[in-house]
Amino acid sequence: MNRLMERYLRLDALPTLFCAGCGNGIIQYAAISAIENLGIRKDTALVSGIGCSSWIPCYLNMDVMHTTHGRALAFAQGLKLARPGKKVIVFTGDGDCLAIGGNHLLHACKRNIDITVILVNNHIYGMTGGQKSPATPENAVTKTSPFGAYDEPMQGAEIAMSLGATYVARWTAAHPVQLQKSIEAGIKHKGFSLIEVISQCPTQSGKSVYGNKDPAFIINYLKQNSFIYKEGMEEPSGRIKCGILLHDNDKPEYIERMENKTEQYRKRL
Amino acid sequence: MEPQLAEPSPKGSRKVILQGNEACAKAAIYAGCRFFAGYPITPSTEIIEFLSSEMISVGGTFIQMEDEIASACAIVGARWGGKKAMTATSGPGFTLMQETIGYAAVTETPVVIVNVQRGGPSTGQPTMSSQQDIYQVKYGSHGDYEIIAMTPSSVQEMYDFTIRAFELSEKFRTPVILLADEVVGHMREKVTIYEGEKAIRGGHRNYVVSPQEDFYTGGNCLVEGQLHDEEGMRIGHLPSKSGEFIRSICGKIQNHIDEIQDVQSYFMEDADIAILAYGSVSRSALNAVKQAKGIKLSADEKEGKLRFLKKLVRKKSAEQNPYSHLNVGLIKVNTVWPFPEKQIRRLAAKCRYVFVPEMNNGKYCREIERCLKECKVISLPKIGGEMHSPAELLESIAKEVKEDE
Amino acid sequence: MKISIDKGLCKGCGICLSICPKNVYGFSANRNSYGSSMPEAVSESECIGCSLCERMCPDAAINVEEEQKCG
Repeated sequence: MNRLMERYLRLDALPTLFCAGCGNGIIQYAAISAIENLGIRKDTALVSGIGCSSWIPCYLNMDVMHTTHGRALAFAQGLKLARPGKKVIVFTGDGDCLAIGGNHLLHACKRNIDITVILVNNHIYGMTGGQKSPATPENAVTKTSPFGAYDEPMQGAEIAMSLGATYVARWTAAHPVQLQKSIEAGIKHKGFSLIEVISQCPTQSGKSVYGNKDPAFIINYLKQNSFIYKEGMEEPSGRIKCGILLHDNDKPEYIERMENKTEQYRKRL
Repeated sequence: MEPQLAEPSPKGSRKVILQGNEACAKAAIYAGCRFFAGYPITPSTEIIEFLSSEMISVGGTFIQMEDEIASACAIVGARWGGKKAMTATSGPGFTLMQETIGYAAVTETPVVIVNVQRGGPSTGQPTMSSQQDIYQVKYGSHGDYEIIAMTPSSVQEMYDFTIRAFELSEKFRTPVILLADEVVGHMREKVTIYEGEKAIRGGHRNYVVSPQEDFYTGGNCLVEGQLHDEEGMRIGHLPSKSGEFIRSICGKIQNHIDEIQDVQSYFMEDADIAILAYGSVSRSALNAVKQAKGIKLSADEKEGKLRFLKKLVRKKSAEQNPYSHLNVGLIKVNTVWPFPEKQIRRLAAKCRYVFVPEMNNGKYCREIERCLKECKVISLPKIGGEMHSPAELLESIAKEVKEDE
Repeated sequence: MKISIDKGLCKGCGICLSICPKNVYGFSANRNSYGSSMPEAVSESECIGCSLCERMCPDAAINVEEEQKCG
């Protein structure tokens, strides 16, 4: 098996529950490459919610908290505040983060707390069999939108930007190298980082969104139908906007602000 | 009522007048709590307000989260970061926390949750007391699990039981609920408090199935909400292993019930009538018992919060004691869950009657009925937000006993 | 370059075939442990070591290494 992953995977937990061709394994590899490259393995904990992408960290031999649906960010903030000098990476999905977890996303972004979130967007609820998620495209027929989804999908990265996140990027599973680099940058960034990854769910999204269950087809589709954002460019419509969408180094981070404001009171100790 | 004193710390103690909620917050700090996440809700708000400034003075961390769900999740996260953690809420917030309480139970995470009960259901009676959550505290989350719940009846007990809550949560790696109520949360009394920090030992427990090492200590722990084995790997699809897991997390509480249970008795030696009470209602109950015995009330009790008591004392001193024929004692339950069946049976062994006054529609009395088959268990429910007065209790008892004669 | 594919991990998704810039992979007659067709490095000598297949294999089944030359 792959030498890098062999050092990180819980071997007796394999094979993963991911379907053949699922994007989650690609994202897992990119995240591990980032952690390895930064040399932060023993100082990093992984937190996830519920959904297929929330299983990504469960196969890794690190400190992992597999929490409840939508609440990964709340658990992660408690962990980060208890050990502010350590790293926390959150794995979540479009349903977990944008539906039930929306309020926690709002407040974590607003706080600009130093956590890195990998938002795996497969446009559907895959684990439960293919129901509509807030990120399902309009008109897509899913198990709970049998007449086609009525409304537009949520754009996770744009939402995070407007709520106060200070490092926001979007890539697809067809951009593994750039994804790794953005995850590294997000971890290094002092503030709330969100990296949205458009990922293939061949089993459910293949049926409801792409019209084709072949993973190679979807990967190729993602590659062909995305563009990489550069400031000032004219953005083509109807294509997935990838790239580093925001990188704000000026806005102070939550724990830093808390420590500054309370320093004079701690001096009493 | 004699105050139950926690073990003194080497640095000494002092007596202060505190509000119940304040005492709880101070006790948490003494017990080593260094993380508090919460959301304001009447009548628990004083706890979050106190700790918003006091956590800093011991190098701890405070955060007001966006809701009660986030607060409960944050304290679980913080505990895995190695910090003892607590949150405080009331009915509506406690309902929101149930999923996370189940998560803490399944992952065997030590946390303390304070529920200062108010009238429900729903928004209910925000400023009035009740004991309506007594079943919810045990059965509130889905699934089979056990929790430990304590019911303080005085400011001293708010202090002492909070410390004990941290001890028990660490010892059994379980969520522990301090089931207070608005009366005891808002009353002010003289209390003995301790300086410094109590050393509450963490450490590996052999009756715990789940991984136990704090994060960032090289344990590579997988903390998993699905039923799991010692590695945190899911076993929910295996019926016999799943059964074993549930028996284990429930058994670790049930099998140590003798260490956990705390039931006090007053004047029960020859009593054939018992009042079985918990929380603030046990204050009235003890006064009722003392009155029946013609025992002079202490100065503290006379000047207590219960103004109807003053009237009664004045009236009583002018009359003969009309309740002297009642041989009544008090069974005061301090740990309502796990249900202290053995202790209750032992204390009520000679009783013909057990009266269970509760500020709810009659809940805990069902447990008492179930375990005391040989005597008559009479529920004395009271809803509306007012506590039973000692006079009411004595009248109800006298009436019931008379009807039987 | 030396390419190995783990039979126990490969799920036969076919991504490696599709994304290799040098068309190193083809489906073999072999089956993986799931019973689906397993790829093999039919043109291993063409491999340039870009390791896109390692990154894009969702199951960490592929390992690409520089061949150790003796002497």
